[in-house]
Amino acid sequence: MAKKLIRKAAKKPVAKKLATKKAVKRAAAPKAGSLATQHSVEQFLYRQAEILDAKRWQDYIDLFTADAVYWMPADPADKHWDGIPSIFAEDKNLMTVRMKRVLHPDAWSQRPLWGTNHVVGNVIVERESPNGDVVVRSRFHMMELRRDTVRHFAGSYRHELKKTPTGYRIKAQRVDMTNAQAAFEYVLQVWV
Amino acid sequence: MLRENIPAISKLVEPDRVHKAVYTDEQLFELEMERIHEKVWVYCGHETQVKNPGDFYTVQIGRQPMVMVRGADGKVNVLYNRCPHRGVMLCGDRHGNTGDAFRCSYHAWTFQLDGKLKNIPMMESGYKGTRWNRDNPDINMKPAARVENYRGFVFASLAEEGPSLVEFLGPGKIAFDDICDRAPEGEVEVVPTCFRVIQNSNWKIFLENQLDALHPSVTHQSTGRAARDVEVALEKKTGHAPLAYHMLSAFSTVTIDKWDNFQTINYPYGHCILTGYMGLRPQDPDTLAYEKTLVKAYGEKRKEEILTTNIHHVLLYPGLSVQSPLQQLRAVRPLGVNKTLTEIWHFRLKGAPEPIYRRALAYYNLVNSPATLINADDLENFWKAQTGLASDGGDWVSFARHYGRDITKKGVVETAEGMGTSEAPMRNQMKAWAEFMAKG
Repeated sequence: MAKKLIRKAAKKPVAKKLATKKAVKRAAAPKAGSLATQHSVEQFLYRQAEILDAKRWQDYIDLFTADAVYWMPADPADKHWDGIPSIFAEDKNLMTVRMKRVLHPDAWSQRPLWGTNHVVGNVIVERESPNGDVVVRSRFHMMELRRDTVRHFAGSYRHELKKTPTGYRIKAQRVDMTNAQAAFEYVLQVWV
Repeated sequence: MLRENIPAISKLVEPDRVHKAVYTDEQLFELEMERIHEKVWVYCGHETQVKNPGDFYTVQIGRQPMVMVRGADGKVNVLYNRCPHRGVMLCGDRHGNTGDAFRCSYHAWTFQLDGKLKNIPMMESGYKGTRWNRDNPDINMKPAARVENYRGFVFASLAEEGPSLVEFLGPGKIAFDDICDRAPEGEVEVVPTCFRVIQNSNWKIFLENQLDALHPSVTHQSTGRAARDVEVALEKKTGHAPLAYHMLSAFSTVTIDKWDNFQTINYPYGHCILTGYMGLRPQDPDTLAYEKTLVKAYGEKRKEEILTTNIHHVLLYPGLSVQSPLQQLRAVRPLGVNKTLTEIWHFRLKGAPEPIYRRALAYYNLVNSPATLINADDLENFWKAQTGLASDGGDWVSFARHYGRDITKKGVVETAEGMGTSEAPMRNQMKAWAEFMAKG
């Protein structure tokens, strides 16, 4: 597999060669955290997705640290959530507003049948600090049913996870949705 | 088009009600595009969207794919996005920079940024003696009949004849004056993010909702209450909740009876102003610092005039809703009789301190983003309305609230004291609609 990748990379134009070489090297010999880290991080991401699909909103919010931000940029080139337009840029207080809204009996658009199914994969531990904190990238695919309409959303997550005595907590979650740039047929009501 | 099948237009609009066909009939929709959207002044975009020569943004006017482009001479042009050769669109991207020419991806015809033909490959050998020569105006990209710019906001009309932009906007032009005057430098700059949301409903339903002062406390109660809960908790804990919570909680704290204290002022051509300033003038250090920059720019008296301009929304028929105190706007692009695209933009006030931008940004993110805490429930209503209207359960839509109690002065209809929830804006819009449609 690695040899194949390197052969492919060799055909790329010269200007891109250096960056490609680096990426190939990383892909061929990833500087992995331990298998135990990989496993526990994956379990955490799967459980977060499960909590979301089960509509356990408070449990979902509790996965975040007190100073956390949940961010879905409007543009994949955006570097930091602060001071620019975003699809979501929520601290725990705003997340609580969103939760209380969807739980209100007169959240009209929440009344119809609505459910989601997230699949999370391609989990890559980008960095593990000596204190156990982890930066992890992954991909998701979410199917949503609302009334009789199915929508698909897909993209990547980047989690900054803090290691605590009771497991990981999310310090920051960035969600780059591939279809974020397209026109939205209806809107998003909860986190993706 | 099978015109004989169109319901008689004059019978569709009565002073206090309209026939459902106005929202559901596909042939009426085509006629609306022809007689309204492809005739009147339609908002194309802000000039700062296309700063440099060659910068372009595509825009739909009625059913026509257009492109707004900055010319080599600095002028903003609006052209049909169509090559005169075989009709192929010249810009396939929504926006970008086309260099010093548009180049067709089919046969490489090139056009200057004002639409004039630049070159056809092998023009001499291929077209000598044919109708295609440089003196034939049809060899150029067709421009919009008229393009005008009011304080940076670019409009186009596809009709040669008609009122000028300023005449058309009338007192509604205050939308742009209010946005620009709030900037110490007197102008604004677009923030280059456009949120686009599709509504499964007729374009008029959105316009009616924008000035419907009765719906917020019903439709948006869930968000208003949720925000109020957190706002109170934050105040208790830290002594202060950010203004964003107030913007949201107002949807429930301003109860249904209080909305009658607002007022709508309705103008010719369907335009309307909803008053009710949004409490954006608190006495916090940020606002006070901002006020100082305004005094420096305009003097005390003028500053006071600017900051007391009483506007919640300005609706510019048939497709622009401007929220000037929060420097944002929604442009409406009808896609079909039951499908409408909204393009949502916001602006920076040139010369204003950063916190004033942050205030608008919070509203843009929370209310106008595709993860909106507010519009989700509007969109649900719109879809329900469109679906219900298609039924045989009834033929009419009622706009009778406070009918007969409005005050009319020189063609301007104001809601009476304590009757701000009058359905005057809907009556006024449909009156304009009937006038446009009758003209043919």
